[in-house]
This record gives sequence, structure tokens and C-alpha cells, in this order.
Amino acid sequence: MKLIKGYPESMRESIEKVEKTREKRLKEKYNQMSLEERDDVLNKFHPDYKPEVKRTLSIGASKGEIVPFEVADLIESYPLITEKDIDLSSIDYDVDLLIIGGGGAGTMAGIWATYEGIDPQNILMTTKLRHGDSNSIMAQGGIQAADKENDAPEIHYLDVIGGGHFANDPELVEALVSDGPAVIKWFEEKGVMFDKQKDGTMITIHGGGTSRKRMHSAKDYTGMELLRVIRDEFINLSIPAVEFSPAIEFLMDEKGQVAGAVLFNIETHQYYVVRAKATVMATGGFGRLHIQGFPTTNHYGATADGLAMAYRCGARLRDMDSVQYHPTGAAFPEQIVGLLITEKVRGLGAQPLNRDGKMFVHPLEPRDVESAAFIKECYGVGGGVETPTGMQGVWLDSPMINMIKGEGVTERELSAMYRMFKRFDINMVEDPILVFPTLHYQNGGVVIDANGATELKGLFAGGEVTGGVHGKNRLMGNSLLDYSVFGRRAGISAAKYAKKASIGKLSLSHVTKYSEDLKKAGAPETRKSPMILPEYRGKNVMSRAIDIF
Amino acid sequence: MAEKNQIPLVSVFIMGKEYKIPSGLTLMKAMEYAGYRYTRGAGCRAGFCGACATIYRLKNDYKLKSALACQTTVEDGMYLVQLPFTPANKKKYDMEKLNIAHNALLKEYPEIARCISCNSCTKVCPQELKVMDYVQASLRGDIEKAAILSFDCVQCGLCAFRCPAEITQYHVGQLARRLNGKFVAPKAIHTEDAVAKVNTGVTKKEISKLKSLNASEIKDLYKKRSIE
Repeated sequence: MKLIKGYPESMRESIEKVEKTREKRLKEKYNQMSLEERDDVLNKFHPDYKPEVKRTLSIGASKGEIVPFEVADLIESYPLITEKDIDLSSIDYDVDLLIIGGGGAGTMAGIWATYEGIDPQNILMTTKLRHGDSNSIMAQGGIQAADKENDAPEIHYLDVIGGGHFANDPELVEALVSDGPAVIKWFEEKGVMFDKQKDGTMITIHGGGTSRKRMHSAKDYTGMELLRVIRDEFINLSIPAVEFSPAIEFLMDEKGQVAGAVLFNIETHQYYVVRAKATVMATGGFGRLHIQGFPTTNHYGATADGLAMAYRCGARLRDMDSVQYHPTGAAFPEQIVGLLITEKVRGLGAQPLNRDGKMFVHPLEPRDVESAAFIKECYGVGGGVETPTGMQGVWLDSPMINMIKGEGVTERELSAMYRMFKRFDINMVEDPILVFPTLHYQNGGVVIDANGATELKGLFAGGEVTGGVHGKNRLMGNSLLDYSVFGRRAGISAAKYAKKASIGKLSLSHVTKYSEDLKKAGAPETRKSPMILPEYRGKNVMSRAIDIF
Repeated sequence: MAEKNQIPLVSVFIMGKEYKIPSGLTLMKAMEYAGYRYTRGAGCRAGFCGACATIYRLKNDYKLKSALACQTTVEDGMYLVQLPFTPANKKKYDMEKLNIAHNALLKEYPEIARCISCNSCTKVCPQELKVMDYVQASLRGDIEKAAILSFDCVQCGLCAFRCPAEITQYHVGQLARRLNGKFVAPKAIHTEDAVAKVNTGVTKKEISKLKSLNASEIKDLYKKRSIE
């Protein structure tokens, strides 16, 4: 296939139309939808609003809740191990605090538990891949916090609640927005390089659904910059971390407390028993379940292991019916389909356009509304652009950014995006880029309170694995804030708990009990979880693989 | 829509062993297509985490090239290997006790003085950063320049493998950025003010008012909110 500066001729024809309307569009404004209009497009076109892609959970603490099939299958699965497989009399790690997950929330929990007075040597962090391999490090656009003069946490509160369709837990939203300014100050003191003006004023922009410009950024590497700094701090504090050893089951004691976990070394296949006075679950979200077959922006290990494990202990879930599809996943070229195009591209002025170069939606509606509008344009009214592999997408008119903000702004402030497209011979300063919604975020999760405590004794949680903070739809920039606020709170609460807790006899009987319930409910025995890693090996190879070695 | 069997195959030598791979796949997807299941060597799969540093040579080309496996397309005749890990010692330091004296970076990482300006680090960087320039800036005590030049670093470790002076450049860059963010960049006064305001208790009061509203009242307030 012949490509002209990265695009085939068929797509070039549509780009010419985009170029023709650009001058006029630079002066045009597109109105935001009313709440009624939002509801209408969501009901007709958002993938989440199709009833036929979900079912009710048949057992457990959230029995009767409606969740996507992929989530139901994961939760209603048999454990990878049974009580007989694991010798609990020999403890490999005996600690005050076990942190499961090496992303933002887990890292914050470890740092703040240390500040709270737990000896770092009595903490253990365990992570599936490397410390930092997480969705946290991939966040691009920014972190919200109400720290400007024309803003206040209560204004932020209203944006979060409205964006979440008024389904959020108000106590969690209060914690999120109230801690915002202090989180930014703490990051600044730790040495995060925020984008600033010469006098130190933070450069902040809008995200979808925000009423104030409160998106703080570090170019379009915001998540990477934050994670690099807190990981560096974590290592400086000498907190032990065991990599490539995901937790595969929680341990409990006869008092009903969560009391540690069984880890699995994915390289040697050995298991480890961890006894812990308190446990923080920071296992992240479910992008790699590929809900409804969508590609995802998520990291390789985002398989929602924590949900499955916690549910077996009796944890309650909320808002798991709602899935966030990010409006702007890459739709071309094929090599990067589904990868994140940060919302900051629209925040800086790029408009979404159809095949004729016409606007059809305000660039910064809340994510679910924006996604639904894109899907409508492609599959409802036939305004999408087709790629050579038959995929549909809409344009994001990135050349507008430098025209509005000045030469060099894209290259500087969106260097990750600019670099990614350059690698495939597309110059986003000269040409628009093609996008389509991609599976991005688990809005719901395990129920917690404002201190990051779950309803189970001894178990604390923060970050994407939890539910309630974002209701039915998270706004841009609130996930980095979420892990900062609730990772910290969970770490502090777990530290306080660990100082007083005493652990009884370790047990996996809850796992046995859960398996029996599954059997009664008729769940097929081939289903196993946690998933640990998704399966992407070639079909040809797998069909001729034999398990003899 | 192109039929699957029409996609031309290319020869890719994964650690020396030949596999036929559909053209157009990334190196990472090619490894998986060939039957490898990643434990090490894959992280974010989107160019941000640095887990998939790869080195390769092309047929009839003496040059050793580098790439992130998730961000690079296979080419016919590629010989490749991924680096699962970089052995590199990170210094432990207390940021509160550091300063930005001209030798601040040199003190923590004295090996930067061994730089022979060969530029191998810059040539190998899959992010195309001017790595040698930031090592030299670090040596001169220009923390801000070192921080800015190293900012897009994904810490994949390729520079540290290639360096004949055995410098771990990406750790030096990390410290430079933190020093810059903490001591060189001007403070955000408005952030401090906002924290002080929350601490007066006014936020709690305002939010408790919002929490006491019923569903239609809060919806109304949301609809009417002014947008900057």
C-alpha cells in the first residue's frame, strides 16, 4: 500500500476537506449539549448502555449487580489454587503491611505508611511486572486540583459529581477534591516538574466536563513524571519490593480479617506466603479484559486480579456496570490502534471532525458523551473515515494547535504524541490524526470509605480498583488525583490498623467456600481467575502447542 | 478490507531463530505471533514505561540499532533481542538534604566525570534524546538543562548498556529533574494559598452545603454552573 506522508490516498482525500474548512473553524464555536441531549446520545450510542452485553452476578456480596460479561466471567471463576496446594505453616514474608500493586496508588501507600511510622523493613510491596508498570505511568494529559484563584474544591466537587452522573459517593468526592491542592504542593516539594509560567504559576487547561482550567501537566508525560518521582522516593525510603510476583489469593484468619496473600513468582512458578497485619490492594483496573472486544489504552497487566480476589473474601463492588471508553484512541495506523491520544490534544484546541471536515460535537464533553458522539458519527450517520483495514474513525484536527497556541507548542507540550506519530511517518503538526473510542478506565470497583478502608477488616484500597469516587464516569485528570489521594489515605489507614492488629491462624477456607458456591450456581469449571496476564500468542502456535515440558 | 492471507510475510530472526511474521506488526506483536508469552519485556505497550528496549541489526547493515518493541514495525531480515533488565545502581538520597551546588549531581554520581563524549548514549536512545548533552550539562552543574534534556526519558536503560564509561545516565537524569523541580523551578504561590484556604475549614463548610442538597437541587446547580 502506497502511503503519502503516512496516509493512503483514500484518507488523503478526506484530509483535503479538513484543510479546506480549517480557516473557518478556527473562528467557530460549537455548543455543549444539554443534559437531555447527553442522555439521548448516550442511550443510543454508548457501548455501556446496551443491556445485551451484561448480566447479573449470581453469587457473593454484590449478587444481583449488573456487570459486563467479561467482568462476570472473571468474578464467577474458580481459583487457580485450592487449600491443598498451599502450605500455610511456612511463612515466606512476615510483615506489618503488604501492598499489592506497584502503580501510583501502591507506591503512594508505601511512602505514606512509612511517614506514618511503619518501619520500611516491615513493609512489602509486590507487583505483577516491574515497579511502575501500570496505568498510572501511561497517563498523559494531567492531574486536576482546584488551586487557582478563580477555583475552589467545591467547584471541583460539582464537576466530579455531574461528570459521574450524580452516582458518586459524596464522601469520596469530598476527600478527592479537598486533598487536591495539598497533593500538588507535595508533588512540587518532591521535585515534580510541572508546566509553569516564569513566575511559578501552574499552566492549567480544561479537560472534558471541567468548569475551570485546573488540569496541571508535565508536557504529555504527566503520569510518567509523577510515577518516576514517587518511585524514586519509594526506593530512597528503602521499602522492599518484589517484582514479577503477583498476588493470586488473599489470606484470611478466623476473625475474618484479611491477613496477607499468596504470591506467585511468574518466572520460577514458586509461591510465597505473606502474612501481613494490614493489606493494601492497589491492583488497578480491567482494560485487558477487552470488554466488548474493544482495544485498550491499558498496560499489559491490567486484568482486574484484585476484584476477583477481594470478591472471594466478601468485598462488595459498586458501579461495575459502567466502563469508560476514552473518546480518542488511535484508529490509524494499525500498529497503534487503541493507544491513548491524550485529551490534552483537544484541550489545546484540536477539533473532532467527520470525513467532510465538519464539526459534529463540542471537543470537550465528558468522556462518555464525547465517545458516544464519535460512535454516532461513524456508525449512526455514516460520517466516519475508513482506514485500509476497514476500521472507522473521526479526525482530530491537530494542526490547529500550533495555529492557535503558537509554533512549536505541539512538539513541546505533546512530545509523546508527536513522537508516536512520527515513528509511523505521520506529522501531527501538518496533518490531522484519526481516532475512535478505546477501552480506558474501570469507573467502578471495590467499595471503600473516605479513609481508603474496604468493608473487610485489614483490607485497604486505593486507585482504579476502587469504586465510588467517579460514579459512572471519570473526568480527565481525576485518576492521577484519585491514586494520590486514596493511595495516601489507604497507606496511612493501613499503617494505623497494623499498629494495633493481631493476626490469627492463616486460612484459605474462604476460597474453598467460594468454589462451593460457584458450583452450586452452576458456573463452568473451566473458568479460572485471576487472569494475571492476557493471552496474545498467535493462534497457529497455540493450536499446535503441547504441554509436556 | 484486506484478506488475512494477503498480508505479505517477512522473516524476523528472534534471538537468531527465523520466524515468518505478517508485515505491519510491531516487534512486540511479532514476538507474540511467533508464540512468545511475555513476562519480562512488556509493560505499558504504548511507549511510556521503557520495559521493551530492543536491539537489532538489519540484513547487510553493520549498524546496531535500538527500538522500543511496542513502537516499532518489523522489517524483513531483522535480527533482534530484547533486554529484560538493566543492572544499574540507583543512589539513595534524601531530597531535603540535597542542594543545587555546581557539583550536586557529580557528588551522587561521580562516574559522570568519566564521560568520553563518544555520543553512544545519544545514538542508542529510542526516544532520540540528547543523552550525552545532558550528561555533560550534569557535569557542568547545569541542573536545569540536564532536567529539560532528559525529561522525555522512559528509563529503558539502553544508554547505560552502551556507555563505555559505565555511567547510568537515566538515574542521573532522574536526580537532575527532581532537583530542578524542587529547587530551580519557581514555586507556585497559588497552590500554597489554596492549601492554606482548605486548612481554614471553609472547604469543608462549602462542601457540606452541597452534600445536603437533594438530587434535583444538585443537578440544577450543576447545570447552572459558570464555565471558565
